[in-house]
Amino acid sequence: MPAEPAAHGAHAARPDEPPAGSAPASAGTEKAAPRRLAQAALRDLPWEIGVAKPDPTVVVDGVTRTFGGLTAVSVDHLEIQRGGITGLIGPNGAGKTTLFNLLTGFDQPDTGTWSFDGRSLGKLSPHQVARLGVVRTFQLTKALSRLTVLQNMLLGAQGQRGESFLRALVPGTWRRQETENTEKAMELLQRFKLDAKSDDFAGILSGGQRKLLEMARALMSDPQVVMLDEPMAGVNPALTQSLLGHVKDLREEGMTVIFVEHDMDVVRDISDWVVVMAAGRIIAEGPPESISQNKAVVDAYLGAHHDAPLTVDDEDRVLAEAEASIAREGHPDQGVISSDRPHPRRTDR
Amino acid sequence: MSDLLNAFAIAGKAFFGFQAIFFALLAVGLNVHFGYTGLLNFGQIAFAMVGGFGIAISVSQWGLPFWVGVLVGILAAVVLALLLGLPTLRLRADYLAIVTIAMSEGLRLVFRSVSATPVTGGTRGLSAFNGDFIALAPWDTQHRYHILGTTWSGGELWVALVGWVLVTLFSLLVWQLMRSPWGRVVKAIREDEDAVRALGKNVYAYKMQALVLGGVIGAFGGMVYAVNTGSAIPDQYQSANTFLAYAALILGGAARVLGPVIGSMILLFILQFADTGLRAMISNGVIPSELLSSTDVAQIRFVLVGIGLMLLLVFRPQGIFGDRREVMLDAR
Repeated sequence: MPAEPAAHGAHAARPDEPPAGSAPASAGTEKAAPRRLAQAALRDLPWEIGVAKPDPTVVVDGVTRTFGGLTAVSVDHLEIQRGGITGLIGPNGAGKTTLFNLLTGFDQPDTGTWSFDGRSLGKLSPHQVARLGVVRTFQLTKALSRLTVLQNMLLGAQGQRGESFLRALVPGTWRRQETENTEKAMELLQRFKLDAKSDDFAGILSGGQRKLLEMARALMSDPQVVMLDEPMAGVNPALTQSLLGHVKDLREEGMTVIFVEHDMDVVRDISDWVVVMAAGRIIAEGPPESISQNKAVVDAYLGAHHDAPLTVDDEDRVLAEAEASIAREGHPDQGVISSDRPHPRRTDR
Repeated sequence: MSDLLNAFAIAGKAFFGFQAIFFALLAVGLNVHFGYTGLLNFGQIAFAMVGGFGIAISVSQWGLPFWVGVLVGILAAVVLALLLGLPTLRLRADYLAIVTIAMSEGLRLVFRSVSATPVTGGTRGLSAFNGDFIALAPWDTQHRYHILGTTWSGGELWVALVGWVLVTLFSLLVWQLMRSPWGRVVKAIREDEDAVRALGKNVYAYKMQALVLGGVIGAFGGMVYAVNTGSAIPDQYQSANTFLAYAALILGGAARVLGPVIGSMILLFILQFADTGLRAMISNGVIPSELLSSTDVAQIRFVLVGIGLMLLLVFRPQGIFGDRREVMLDAR
């Protein structure tokens, strides 16, 4: 069963968009006017754990997963806004990847239900979840080394006739579809600047290129929800920018993105909403600017008694807090808009 | 010199003989399992055994026609693959390896046991089930033909012909499958199952299909062996054959269509050439009999093959047909 076209999500999100200044979702409006529908929709929500979103696509209810005595995940309620980028952050061992595994069927929880577009995902196996349009990438990149880059891409296409054993023996039944998929794959590879490598084994790609390939491969399935597990880990700063651009593009195309990331700059830069986990629980939710002010978050990251002198990171955080509060004073009715402006990057280090 | 030529001719017969076909079919099946899908099947010989005994039991015990026996052999291989795969294919690769090797030894012991004797003939096995097939030969099967210094019976030639046709057909089948999207999924499973699952493919079903396909090809190997020798004896189906088939596969190059076929031919050639050649050299006195007696030859030839395989893996790890770039990716 092929996934719905990607544009579907964008239409569904349309009721929430502000009346003024709305551009068509498609057509490379990437740099010109990034439409952050989800951000606008989420603007007036209270910064509470488990707050109801205007247009949720993924809803998690009472999901717990224990490994022996350890509760890896215990999420009471979580909604993910459609068409937005939701950042999932938290210290190591907070349960982010476990939550990903649960949502995508790679692991089964002890209790709880979760759904995608109203359809329950409980008891579905990973490939069934993927066919519904929820694809994921992995923290440790899974490039299929001894397949070429193009073969990696073609694998992502859904509803392939030639993937059935008997029809595989009759090339006439799948050759045309294969040509179409190859064209689509080459377009995507071009976008991700991997087209020159299409006939190389994926195993010779660098770490960053593998991340790009994995993301491009996931897009071959026309997903509605893309779950990226640490997409920037181990990627050099130049490539990080390009990866960030690609993630933003996904939002422009109407996909919902959920990603795990440790780099707070990245999280502030691209997320519309941030969910913070610690010790398996969600300890805070809100727009990116709200997070660094949250006492529970600071405690989770730094420990409840952090009296040590400020590090560069802490200075950044303090700076961000100050900015956020200034921004809020400037626009008391709108909440925070500072993330629409380019974030002041660190120049040293 | 004439001894050497003679050894060469005899080895040439092994190169094309039914044993080469037997190992080629086992190895083509293993190539589907291990080379393409990454399934560690250490019990390929069990598939050959159910294939061979499928014919033997159907024809000589149940009195069914030969071709029904072939169908029974195929069905038995499918059932065996399902039995092996159902519990293990959801688990890590190692579990399949454990279960298959246990199954192949266990099945052989059951077939040769006293309680199974009424069906399988026990340790003496079954015979006289290939008459219908040999009768189909378009030439006189009793006559002995001399080809390039070797002697073939008409029956041997017939089995070899049909056997090589089977090898060709299965190689074409594998070639066609592996260039299709089905083959791409299967190869991707070899690389990383979870990535393939995350892309919406039912990994379990693909692994099962590959296990059944490779098992059925292996069953045909067992049928060729049983039909050529005219007897099916459980102890012919020792686990060592599985590993010789692996040796042939690695020699020729895994995940290459012709790798297992050429690998088996060369393996049989080397084994036979070492055997005849060493015996000739001992009887000539080239090798002093204090160093090596002709009774040691049977073991020494395997040592030679082992040394050859080691050298191959050092200097040409991809095998004869393999792609060095592809093999080297693993080393990273």
